[in-house]
Amino acid sequence: MRWRSASFLISLVTIIPLLVVLASFLQPQPEVWQHLLQYVLPDLLSNTAWLLLGVSIGSTFLGVSLAWLVAVCEFPGRRFFSWALMLPLALPAYVSAFAIIGLFDYTGPIQTLLRSFFGEQAGLPSVRSRGGVIVVLCLALYPYLFLLARNAFATQGRRALEVGQSLGLGPWRGFYKVALPMARPWLFGGLLLVLMETLADFGTVSVFNYDTFTTAIYKAWFGMFNMAAAAQLSSLLVMLVLALALFEQLLQRNRRYYPTGGARLPRYQLSRPRAIAASCYAGAVLALAFVLPVGQLIVWSYSVFATDFDARYPSFVWHSVLLSSLAALLVVISAFILNSTLRRTHDWPTKIATRFASLGYAIPGTVLAVGIYIPVAWLDQQMLALFGNSTGGNFLRGTLLVMLLAYLARFLAAGFNPIESAMLRITRSQEEAAQSMGYQGWAMFRHLHWGMLRGSMFSAALLVFVDVMKEMPITLMTRPFGWDTLAVRVFEMTSEGQWDRAALPALALVLVGLLPVIVLSKQTQTD
Amino acid sequence: MSAPHLQLQALSHHYGTRHTFVEVSFSLAKGQIACLLGPSGCGKTTALRCIAGFEQVSSGEIFLAGNLVSSADYVMPAQERKIGMVFQDYALFPHLNIAKNIGFGLHQWPSKQREQRIAEMIEIVGLGGLAQSYPHQLSGGQQQRVALARALAPQPELLLLDEPFSNLDVELRERLGEEVRSILKQQGSTAIMVTHDQHEAFAIADHIGLLHEGRIQQWDSAYHLYHEPHNRFVADFIGEGVFVQGRVVAEQQIAFELGQVHAEIPMGRKIGDNVQILIRPDDIIHDDASLVLATITGKTFRGAQFLYSLRLADGSNVLSLVPSHHNHALGEKIGIRLEIDHVVAFA
Repeated sequence: MRWRSASFLISLVTIIPLLVVLASFLQPQPEVWQHLLQYVLPDLLSNTAWLLLGVSIGSTFLGVSLAWLVAVCEFPGRRFFSWALMLPLALPAYVSAFAIIGLFDYTGPIQTLLRSFFGEQAGLPSVRSRGGVIVVLCLALYPYLFLLARNAFATQGRRALEVGQSLGLGPWRGFYKVALPMARPWLFGGLLLVLMETLADFGTVSVFNYDTFTTAIYKAWFGMFNMAAAAQLSSLLVMLVLALALFEQLLQRNRRYYPTGGARLPRYQLSRPRAIAASCYAGAVLALAFVLPVGQLIVWSYSVFATDFDARYPSFVWHSVLLSSLAALLVVISAFILNSTLRRTHDWPTKIATRFASLGYAIPGTVLAVGIYIPVAWLDQQMLALFGNSTGGNFLRGTLLVMLLAYLARFLAAGFNPIESAMLRITRSQEEAAQSMGYQGWAMFRHLHWGMLRGSMFSAALLVFVDVMKEMPITLMTRPFGWDTLAVRVFEMTSEGQWDRAALPALALVLVGLLPVIVLSKQTQTD
Repeated sequence: MSAPHLQLQALSHHYGTRHTFVEVSFSLAKGQIACLLGPSGCGKTTALRCIAGFEQVSSGEIFLAGNLVSSADYVMPAQERKIGMVFQDYALFPHLNIAKNIGFGLHQWPSKQREQRIAEMIEIVGLGGLAQSYPHQLSGGQQQRVALARALAPQPELLLLDEPFSNLDVELRERLGEEVRSILKQQGSTAIMVTHDQHEAFAIADHIGLLHEGRIQQWDSAYHLYHEPHNRFVADFIGEGVFVQGRVVAEQQIAFELGQVHAEIPMGRKIGDNVQILIRPDDIIHDDASLVLATITGKTFRGAQFLYSLRLADGSNVLSLVPSHHNHALGEKIGIRLEIDHVVAFA
């Protein structure tokens, strides 16, 4: 019973903001809607639609083609690209956004180089455009699809190719007719993740001044202090995202691994020109998505280091590390409680509560911030009435507690999934074996569960740690006044267009972000 | 005989309205090995789990070393029963090495004795040199031994083995079966094994309880189960054989196509009635000199022997084990003779 109550409490952290935001949709305010419909929504909707369309096509193409090359074919550098192509995961999209703008802008090194070779007329289409945002998001988000598709192809791709050949299909038709349909559940799952990330993205679109729901919510909040408009926009966005999330959870049920029986099947040997083309293609994607942006960050950091690195930096780093560690700890403990409850009880309220609790990953940070701020402000008012105006009326608003709750809601799933799969590996007979040898309760946890879970708990904590450190909108919207983190510093510098001064904190984020990517690439290493 | 070490009295268990087993009773003396044998779904594993304390019984009692451990309204928790268990999937702990797996149940022993006991168990199950290895580095047979050593290390009052050999290949199964029996006997353990494989049961158990549809059909030694089955299910399940129609011709005498044999007449049958008699393959001998001929309708090569299915003149079918240098073709007629002094007859 104690487990169940704790679980319900945890799921409330996600459910309350969701309900608050959805409730605001049910109580429409005509004058707000009038304004939104007339001036805001048309642009937002078309911008969002174009973004979703472009990012789905681009990231699917990149992710699937690269995964196929790496998992099934043989070409120079395949082994290297197999893990290196995941590196962009370490680069927050908003960081690669301003690095790419810096590189490809009219005054940037690439265009300057082109002009010096081909004269003044030479140039590229403007990078600060819809196309630019789409390209940057594709380069940042394709690894989700790459990762899922690579695993799907590695477990069944080469077999699929052989099945195709035995039925008289060449490699291309084998890919289209056999391998691609077999991998479809993974590909759709990956695509939906990409779409959710796109809808939730705040940093990239604000670097490009490309208005979407997330930036509009932020502007309504800070620019106009119009809570009602922010809530109405949030409710629209959240419905869009929940539809995707539900779809994704339905798809998860169709995902099964069909092991190839352990036999290592030969790779498909590309002809020499094709093999070179494959290496060049993979190399170009890696360069654009990781090497060049990071190189640009290093150059900028080097140039501003002497003037910009000062006493404030330790406090940025300390704030980032403190927040991320506390959030990671909170998430891992909560995820463990939820999983343990699910293991003990099988009633449907618990199951539904847990499902909802892990739905938070789908909810954009801007929406969560709104959904948490409203009830917290209400609580503050109640306490003001009770205790009087001793602290200026802010009891909870602007405290770390509120931030941590928002992070918990947003990143619970990131911790929940690895712990869930580790818990599934602890069988009932192992628990019974320990019980028959005299263990129970805390002793059983310490000697059996902790030993089998600590690896996964650590990687879960690491994932959350990095996610929180990169997180931008929740941090911006709910932090205590003056409480700046690395991500906040990046936002402030980029919003003033000072790319070079944003580079130093961004580089720190990239370095930390590399940790889970290394762990991840070790875990999923195939031959 | 001294008081039984383990006693089950009219034990029943059900899930919802479906009975898993009904009124199971047996007792086991200290140092004896019993086996619950039966087809899958007969309730044998659930019975074992009731004894272990993982399941609650719906009626009846279980006594261990004279103490009540389970009844309809009392369950002594599994961790207090001092019952060791070897699980079908071994349930080894992947994060602990072999020595620590084996020592897991010795947490209350003084450390010196614990180390000694671990070393002793590793020696007994023949895993010397593997103390520092981890379960995933071991073969299936070695993992099985670790599971056995881990369960035996705390010197439990009773050891339970749930289909312990089902994940091993046939050859290893037989060898390990004998080994497990000698280890259990050497340790003086009282044990109950559950299996669906009669050869395993024969190799290990002193007593076998054949379970079917939730009831013990017969509790007996392997020899008696084979030669004196109490009912048709037991006769069918244990060993090979076929039922042939015969006729009661005199007190304890039944005649059938191949001759006249000695048998207990089933209850309610009198002279002149038809009965079914069980003929085992080893009851029929191939003999070229015999005048009785049978047609070969099927044959299975068994290495040293052929198992022939034969059709007799009256159309009834029997099986015969024949040394494998007698290689006959299907449809051929071969001479056979009956070598049997006692058969089992059913109504």
